[in-house]
Amino acid sequence: MILPRRQAPFFFAGFRLSLRPVDIVETQSSGRDAALLPRPFLKWFVEKGWQPRAHQLELLSRATAGENMLLIAPTGAGKTLAGFLPSLTDLTRRGKIPAGSAFVGIHTLYISPLKALTVDIERNLMKPVTEMGLAVTIENRTGDTPQAKRQRQKLSPPDILLTTPEQVALLLANKEAERFFRDLKYVVLDELHSLVTSKRGHLLSLGLARIRRYAPQVQTIGLSATVADPMDLQRWLVPQGEHPASPAGLVHVTGGAAPNITIMKTEDRIPWSGHVSTYAMPEVYEEIKRHRTTLIFVNTRFQAELLFQTLWTINDDNLPIALHHGSLDAGQRRKVEAAMAANRLRAVVATSTLDMGIDWGDVDLVVHVGAPKGASRLAQRIGRSNHRMDEPSKAILVPANRFEVMECQAALDANYLGAQDTPPVGEGALDVLAQHVLGMACADPFDPVELYDEITSAFPYANLSWEMFERIVDFVATGGYALRSYERYAKIRRMKDGRWRVSNPQVAQQYRLNLGTIVEATELNVRLVKRNAKGTIGRGGMSLGKVEEYFLEQLVQGDTFLFAGKVLRFEGIRENECLVSNAFSLDPKIPAYAGGKFPLTTYLADQVRSMLADPDHWSVLPDQVRDWLNIQRERSMLPARNELLIETFPRGKRFFMIAYCFEGRLAHQTLGMLLTRRLDRLGAHPLGFVATDYSLAVWGLSDMGAMIGSGRLNLSDLFDEDMLGDDLEAWLDESYMLKRTFRNCAVISGLIERRHPGKEKTGRQVTVSTDLIYDVLRTHEPDHVLLEATRRDAASGLLDIGRLGDMLKRIKGHITHRDLDRVSPLAVPIMLEIGKEPVPGEAHDAVLAEAAEELIAEAMG
Amino acid sequence: MHRIGLAARSTTLMGAATGAEEILVHGVVAVCDPMGSLYLPETGLLVVSDLHLEKGAAFARRGMMLPPYDTIATLNILSAVITRYDPKVVVSLGDNFHDRKGSEHLPADLRALISAMACGRDWIWINGNHDPDGTVDLPGACTDELFYGGLVFRHEPSLISGKGEIAGHLHPAATVRRREKSVRRPCFASDGNRLLMPAFGVLAGGLDLRHSAMRGLFDHERLVAHLLGRDRIYSVRYGSLIG
Repeated sequence: MILPRRQAPFFFAGFRLSLRPVDIVETQSSGRDAALLPRPFLKWFVEKGWQPRAHQLELLSRATAGENMLLIAPTGAGKTLAGFLPSLTDLTRRGKIPAGSAFVGIHTLYISPLKALTVDIERNLMKPVTEMGLAVTIENRTGDTPQAKRQRQKLSPPDILLTTPEQVALLLANKEAERFFRDLKYVVLDELHSLVTSKRGHLLSLGLARIRRYAPQVQTIGLSATVADPMDLQRWLVPQGEHPASPAGLVHVTGGAAPNITIMKTEDRIPWSGHVSTYAMPEVYEEIKRHRTTLIFVNTRFQAELLFQTLWTINDDNLPIALHHGSLDAGQRRKVEAAMAANRLRAVVATSTLDMGIDWGDVDLVVHVGAPKGASRLAQRIGRSNHRMDEPSKAILVPANRFEVMECQAALDANYLGAQDTPPVGEGALDVLAQHVLGMACADPFDPVELYDEITSAFPYANLSWEMFERIVDFVATGGYALRSYERYAKIRRMKDGRWRVSNPQVAQQYRLNLGTIVEATELNVRLVKRNAKGTIGRGGMSLGKVEEYFLEQLVQGDTFLFAGKVLRFEGIRENECLVSNAFSLDPKIPAYAGGKFPLTTYLADQVRSMLADPDHWSVLPDQVRDWLNIQRERSMLPARNELLIETFPRGKRFFMIAYCFEGRLAHQTLGMLLTRRLDRLGAHPLGFVATDYSLAVWGLSDMGAMIGSGRLNLSDLFDEDMLGDDLEAWLDESYMLKRTFRNCAVISGLIERRHPGKEKTGRQVTVSTDLIYDVLRTHEPDHVLLEATRRDAASGLLDIGRLGDMLKRIKGHITHRDLDRVSPLAVPIMLEIGKEPVPGEAHDAVLAEAAEELIAEAMG
Repeated sequence: MHRIGLAARSTTLMGAATGAEEILVHGVVAVCDPMGSLYLPETGLLVVSDLHLEKGAAFARRGMMLPPYDTIATLNILSAVITRYDPKVVVSLGDNFHDRKGSEHLPADLRALISAMACGRDWIWINGNHDPDGTVDLPGACTDELFYGGLVFRHEPSLISGKGEIAGHLHPAATVRRREKSVRRPCFASDGNRLLMPAFGVLAGGLDLRHSAMRGLFDHERLVAHLLGRDRIYSVRYGSLIG
């Protein structure tokens, strides 16, 4: 949105309409614009030689008439001005509030998912406001805003407040909230498509429900990129409940020039498996040389690190190429962003940290490395280049392996066809609800029936049952345990009139410290230190960023890994820091970051399946890939679009079973866990499995092909939906993923306090392992509401159970088995993954035993 | 990485010495039990450390409503080891309760459970840093230190000499890694001179044996970590641990 070098305000970039002569505007100000736009606006437009766009005027006119609105528009269409025009014009008509007037609350609330975006918007909005000489005050409020300024904002609020969902929750959990919000006319929600699917969106929806109570006149204006189902957002923007309001009006800006997307052609062999695309880096480098600024998007931090390093090894021209991902030190990231905005870089290798909001100087090429995993994600990333709507963006996709070639082709088709596969809004999370209930008690005593009605007016909570609401209130008060032993420590208490209030001011203070829905994995600061010849380690040195503790726990001193674009040697952990030294090597032991791998969306999966089934479509694929599919068809078969192909074959001393499900890695991993349990019960002696986005491989000691042939193993029974019953329950209980989910729920719901960096040392910070709490709770009260919240989260999140269930339904009666004498071409990619990834399993005591054997060997030897 | 807490201990395996490991501490035979207790057969003494009873309630007093089931869970395991060894004396090595209010506010049914376990044997509560004032209304004696059978029992390991010292406080745990998989477990830690007990309480957690708080306590050449497995002890030399 910022195009500093071109001097054009962000919201008018790309404006191409013909201008009307100045005198006509001056004299004939009776047209539609003039009716809608106050004089200073008209004058300013003319001075600039610009003209408002049709969608901006439509939104203005409908919002002014009292409608809630949703604007869906591609980047560069002037979305932000459109969002602010209703409030700016209204404020202009209102004029300056005379000094000495009674307190006036905020007029407009702008909410964005990114702190940085609120700062940008303030800067970019102030410019036209100053130029037009409008008497409008604009301020931002984020976690970085000084306490004094925040205090002042409460006493004397600006007209327009730019802020984040967390700050809205903080403002609402306050005794003066009503006074602050009662005059509110507009809430502008930016990047709504990305907010609504997260827990932050759930929290925001609840805040919005409360705001409506204080300011019934308030109107919402949502700004969104293209989504699969706009109606969800249109409903999200208005109150639900028994008598839902009519959905927000929709202004949909389509068009812009079709992007120019190609798949990278390579002389080299396209790899069978893997995710890193290093093979194509020479070609990518050539493209960087041919363009002004290239943005190289990857899916994981690990890919970013590796490709950055690979590019520099071939960077003979010493082009300024930078690295940007979420784990890097914030200072370093800011430097990269500044250099980018000033057009001092030729390329940046980046992860999703750059997906949203902030704009980038003069990007004229987007390279997407690895498959984009989702058609909408691809469209949004490509939108990063050329922020002028009427010029085509240019993008090149670089598939990392042969399946990804098909996936890229599918994504490419989708972008042309305008298909969208953004996730649905989903049910509101229960841990977020618990946090909100406590916040509301901090604001003022609440009447449970009134609060329930208010909460169910929020779209994500429209289906919340009264019983569940009561359980959540009980949880907030005393933990909600069947053993009612904490009554005397209750955080909120019921008063004689039936309303609930906080027990003491410390509860409110605790709430404020723990508010928010983002739970960071425990991370340690990575500090570069010097190692002298004797091997002793110095102190001090530069901070490089943060790495998750779970990754570091697996390292031993001397292990090398890639981080911040360097190969580093792990030296140890000292207090809260991870010490590393320069490794002076090019061959790191590579970190396998579990996070950041997006699973393939259902839409793309379906496209890949139909591409496989339809040889007519193969002409667009590279020769290598086409040959591969042809040989597969001869040796085994290619499944029809709705068919599940199962192959079995022996290899080495093992027997393999491959299922080509195409449902994404998470769902496959869950399926793998459940299938191995079942196979074990049926005597197939499974030893392990590995999952990719496309297929699942299970191997074992028994000939599963023969077992299927003789009827001892029935595939429709094996893949029956009932595996989502007891088998799932049994496995979930032991699953590490569930423990991780539980930890997030425990923090968000307020069961345990957040870890505040730096406070550990003062001793005020008490920590307790959530894994241990989980074990105790599961043993003694398996139906506890927090375990229920955890299971719900896991079902849609890490375990993708919903998707697995859909697949099991889809393939019922459509399973085809091929018993082969050797590995098939289609199986090669997953067979190559075996051994690369640690096999998930539960054999922990076996690891202990092995370690103990060594001691015995040492003692005996 | 999987962290199995003590709550995952199997309490079904009864009978003495199942999966337990016999070692020598300062010349005294000591049996490390996979449930986290230490038994000294020569004196019939059973040691457990850092029970942290009523930890859930202690947190609840500060607004964090942890499950109120930790005390009963810990006592159930304690009851199982007492049944297994039938000791003459039980020594609880300090941090018996998570905070000073713990023993006073202990619910009556749990109080009765402890009394039943203490029936017919001596019970000694060593005072810890969490509960320096001793216990209220519970059987047994409270003391800061105990000298018995050639060994000394105290909560915090002394920094001067560890000869024959059995201590707790630090909640030792250790990590081993094989084939890209690492496992962390609570452990007994001993160099034959001194022994550190694993924390017994189900919510007690652990501190890595390589942490700086452990510095100077052991002769690393002779130090062995006896990790608590599901149903046996796994002994691993200090040099083979990671952390």
